[in-house]
Amino acid sequence: MSPNELDESAVPPSGDSRTTPTRRTFIATTTAVGGAVVAGGLIAGSPLLDTDEAVAADAAPASRVSLTVNGTRRTVTVDNRTSLLDLLREHFGLTGSKRGCNAGACGACTVLVDGHRVNSCLTLAVRLEGAEVTTIEGLSDGDRLHPLQQAFIDEDAFQCGYCTPGQIMSGVGCIKEGHTGSPEEIREWMSGNICRCGCYVKIVRAVEQTAGRK
Amino acid sequence: MHPFAFTKVSDTREALDAGRRGGRYIAGGTTLVDLMRETVERPETLVDITGLPLREVTVTERGGLRIGALVRMAEAAAHPKVRTLFPVVSEALELSASAQLRNMATLGGNIMQRTRCTYFRDVTADCNKREPESGCAALHGFNRTHAILGTSDHCVATHPSDVAVAFAALEARVSLLGPEGERHLPFADFLLRPGSSPQHEQALRKGELITAVEIPAHPRPLRSGYLKVRDRQSYEFALTSAAVALHIRGGVIREAKVAAGGVGTVPWKLPTVERHLVGERPSESLWAAAAERAADGARPLEHNRFKVELLKRTVERQLRTIGGTK
Repeated sequence: MSPNELDESAVPPSGDSRTTPTRRTFIATTTAVGGAVVAGGLIAGSPLLDTDEAVAADAAPASRVSLTVNGTRRTVTVDNRTSLLDLLREHFGLTGSKRGCNAGACGACTVLVDGHRVNSCLTLAVRLEGAEVTTIEGLSDGDRLHPLQQAFIDEDAFQCGYCTPGQIMSGVGCIKEGHTGSPEEIREWMSGNICRCGCYVKIVRAVEQTAGRK
Repeated sequence: MHPFAFTKVSDTREALDAGRRGGRYIAGGTTLVDLMRETVERPETLVDITGLPLREVTVTERGGLRIGALVRMAEAAAHPKVRTLFPVVSEALELSASAQLRNMATLGGNIMQRTRCTYFRDVTADCNKREPESGCAALHGFNRTHAILGTSDHCVATHPSDVAVAFAALEARVSLLGPEGERHLPFADFLLRPGSSPQHEQALRKGELITAVEIPAHPRPLRSGYLKVRDRQSYEFALTSAAVALHIRGGVIREAKVAAGGVGTVPWKLPTVERHLVGERPSESLWAAAAERAADGARPLEHNRFKVELLKRTVERQLRTIGGTK
């Protein structure tokens, strides 16, 4: 097996979307239909994770999937409920992609799948057979930062930094799509990424400068 | 999220088999996965249909447009034929969601998307759409964003799609494939008003698959566009919106297609506005007089009374934008 062929079929379950409900869902479900459903989910979720993927289509909630992440081919068996975001963060230790809303409303989890920017929180990992995923960790060329990463530093385009990986991945997509004709166009096409620190002016500038250099 | 089985199909026959057995189709998944996480949706089996050959945009013989159900929103919006033949469609798409979501979501999924009513999405709240006969928390709750048209005592939730408003205006047809073969439904018959059974949202039979949306040919030249009014500039659902397409020849409006979004339980076609326009010459007073009828039959709730006036102004402004004043 080459170093770029990682077989991780025995990855243990982790991350809340697999074995535990969200805080809101937990409270909600408990109130609405009693604890039984939640408890069932908690108990049923874990032991079934270790079952063979061959029966996944019938009963077991786990499947085997092979995908390429930042140039490395990986094969893993995941609970069907696992999002790409959780796969990256919890299974692969790639914690650059951030969980903000976990509902496709903030953009902090943005990554590229087959070259297109998407919300990894709304992407089910089991659907990514053969896909090429690029995260913030895969953007630089060794120690040389991607021009947009460098531009974020040069422009001081963040404060807390939590949204930054998503902003940068989205910016890479935005530049690639060619929606950088004006600050207004960049703002519109970057609107899927929320920055609570309000660094939008500098984020737009970083994207604009990087696009201009191309 | 509740556990589910997952299967991927490679042709429509396989898909229909899985659908007949109760499998739930998933394409972009941007609505479904979100609602599954909130346990609003609890499918036992997901059937991944993105491998099906439904990704073509084709110009029909007469000059209409057929958009495959699995064409992504971003692809449809950028497609040269969509942009030149029906700008209202590409504008509605590009004013929807975010660039990321538009890269994921498909046209078939878009018209299947479920309401953004917060009570529908909150499993602790009463909602007839989610839990039939449980009541409607929105009727006397916080209902600022809810519908004023097509509502019932059982449900006042809006349909959230923008492009569906354009499809309704242009009188598109939805192509469906089921165990008994193919059929085509006018868009107005595809999405259902809530009535006393708001849980039924589309006129789909069990296991039926959307294969395409077909926009019929309209007389040319046709000018069209979409206006969306919302609480923030971008990445937000409509408070009101207007899809307008006008065929003007010899200084006279020969055909007018108008529908509104953000205000109805389904995309709201405005035939009285259309009738007021046809045969007339564009003028400021015509736009105002036609738009005055846009909210006919509205039943505003406690917090969304403003939508009545906002809807008229939205329609008037978009008529002026598309029709000009000459």
